[in-house]
Amino acid sequence: MSNRVIKVDALARVEGEGSLYVRVKDNEIKEVRFGIFEPPRFFEAFLRGRHFMEVPDITARICGICPIAYQMGSIQAMENALGIVVSEPVRALRRLIYCGEWIESHALHVYMLHAPDFLGLPDAIQLAKSNRELVQKALRLKKIGNDILEAIGGGRAIHPVNMRVGGFYRIPKKSEIKPLIEELEWAIEASHDTIRLVGGFNFPDIEQHYNFVALRHESEYAIHEGRVVSNRGLDTDLPHFLDHFDEEHVKHSNALHGFQKPGKQPYHTGPLARYAINYDRLHPEAKSSAKEAGLGPVVRNPFQSIVVRAVEILQVCLDGLAIAKNYVEPDRAFIEPEIKASVGHGCTEAPRGICYHRYEIDDQGLVKTARIMPPTAQNQKIIESDLFNVVSANLALSDEDLKWRCEQAIRNYDPCISCATHFLKLTVDRE
Amino acid sequence: MTANNSLVVGIGNEFRRDDGVGLILAERLKARQIPALDVVLHHGEGTGLMALWQGRSLAVVIDAVSSGKPAGALHVIDAVRDSVPPDLILFSSHAFGLAEAVEMARSLDQLPKQLWIVGVEGQDFKHGQELSRDVACALDLALETVLTLITSPRADRAA
Repeated sequence: MSNRVIKVDALARVEGEGSLYVRVKDNEIKEVRFGIFEPPRFFEAFLRGRHFMEVPDITARICGICPIAYQMGSIQAMENALGIVVSEPVRALRRLIYCGEWIESHALHVYMLHAPDFLGLPDAIQLAKSNRELVQKALRLKKIGNDILEAIGGGRAIHPVNMRVGGFYRIPKKSEIKPLIEELEWAIEASHDTIRLVGGFNFPDIEQHYNFVALRHESEYAIHEGRVVSNRGLDTDLPHFLDHFDEEHVKHSNALHGFQKPGKQPYHTGPLARYAINYDRLHPEAKSSAKEAGLGPVVRNPFQSIVVRAVEILQVCLDGLAIAKNYVEPDRAFIEPEIKASVGHGCTEAPRGICYHRYEIDDQGLVKTARIMPPTAQNQKIIESDLFNVVSANLALSDEDLKWRCEQAIRNYDPCISCATHFLKLTVDRE
Repeated sequence: MTANNSLVVGIGNEFRRDDGVGLILAERLKARQIPALDVVLHHGEGTGLMALWQGRSLAVVIDAVSSGKPAGALHVIDAVRDSVPPDLILFSSHAFGLAEAVEMARSLDQLPKQLWIVGVEGQDFKHGQELSRDVACALDLALETVLTLITSPRADRAA
């Protein structure tokens, strides 16, 4: 009888603190647990009793990497509750700031956190030593994302303060948006280089037939608006989101595990899901670049998520450039909300996947209940499913190599553990 | 550049007790309005730090640390000369934080001419805004240390 335990106590290159435990007995996997031990932060509880206008600046604090996702999701939920429809120029400005968040988040993950896995390097510092020019390019790309956030978000790339229910506190001047054009033109070229680079990596031969869930918009590659759609026939508006999805507490994680109903089906949200569901909405240049990198309309190998992220960087650089070039200052910065007791829903595509918000407010505008489902919480079950398959396919590897492969599989999801709880320990028991 | 050549960055999380010590010290320094000195409160994300200090003559980064020393103990690291010691845990949930930023900047020749890290040994990193007693007692000495680094940056210092 052979027993085997593999353990990673602190997963590197993920945001936050988590652990992994795998137990193998007689070459059969008995248990896989992706645990999150970062303490819960109880955002939904302390939002109760707050005025609805305060909520976006509180939810922006959930994440330092993707604050726009949490801020815009709560803003749109409040606007949905109060019947506010913003003007087209305000809508475009929101999409532009979201493009900035995708650029900075994806550039960080592709180059600094994920690429070293495929280059056999322990981290991005070694990458900088071996390919200085590449890392300099990555840093510039990330900075362009930050520059967009600062230009629109009130001078702050982290926890921006300029978005509000009804619009913006202050409209950026044309002269503040114009400098972004040249930078985005450079970023488009850099994005093509990125796709060529990561498209040439060697990927483990593993595919899963995922239940993909993403937003879908009638004309755009969905980022900040859309219906919730799956590749297995689901198509729902936001008010019915909770008819189809829910979360549960599991013993080994401080983050709730999302699932699709009926039953407790795992589903996959994030770049692979967006790409599969919205392939026909990609900019022709992004589609062509994806094809050159060897991607078809659906990518089922989770390790190729790095290539899809690179395609998405190109997509949002193209989107962002078009918005910046056509930018006209909106006539009014915001629509003043009229308070009424109501319920509202918001959902956007955070860099890591869909981020759903629901709020109930009373006739004084105070929050009665709040519900936020971050993408990493929704992806936990599918991460465990991927890990099961990765371990199954690689039992012949040494413990050290298997541990490396497992960590890489988790990084495929760019998990933001801090968000989900609202570091990774890996333990593999071979009995 | 419009920025001053000297920079002090305080990093941390104000809602995780001793982790907020870098931010508190930066606030105190900011209140002194020292001419030709930029003081920034920062979340600690590494690439942002690199952008802040690149091209500067002098940068001092203040952060909470955990190395097993008594709470309130000060660590002063000449980051241009030395790597961040591996047993010094800089509190950050960022995947790319201060230690990574220092080594990345070193690889890319993007360190400022002088880069000092002033670490304050923390004790309690749980939720809350109050510093633990020994860390609060260390604030004055830590501030004096930072001021010495700014005003006589080339002096030899041992902590």
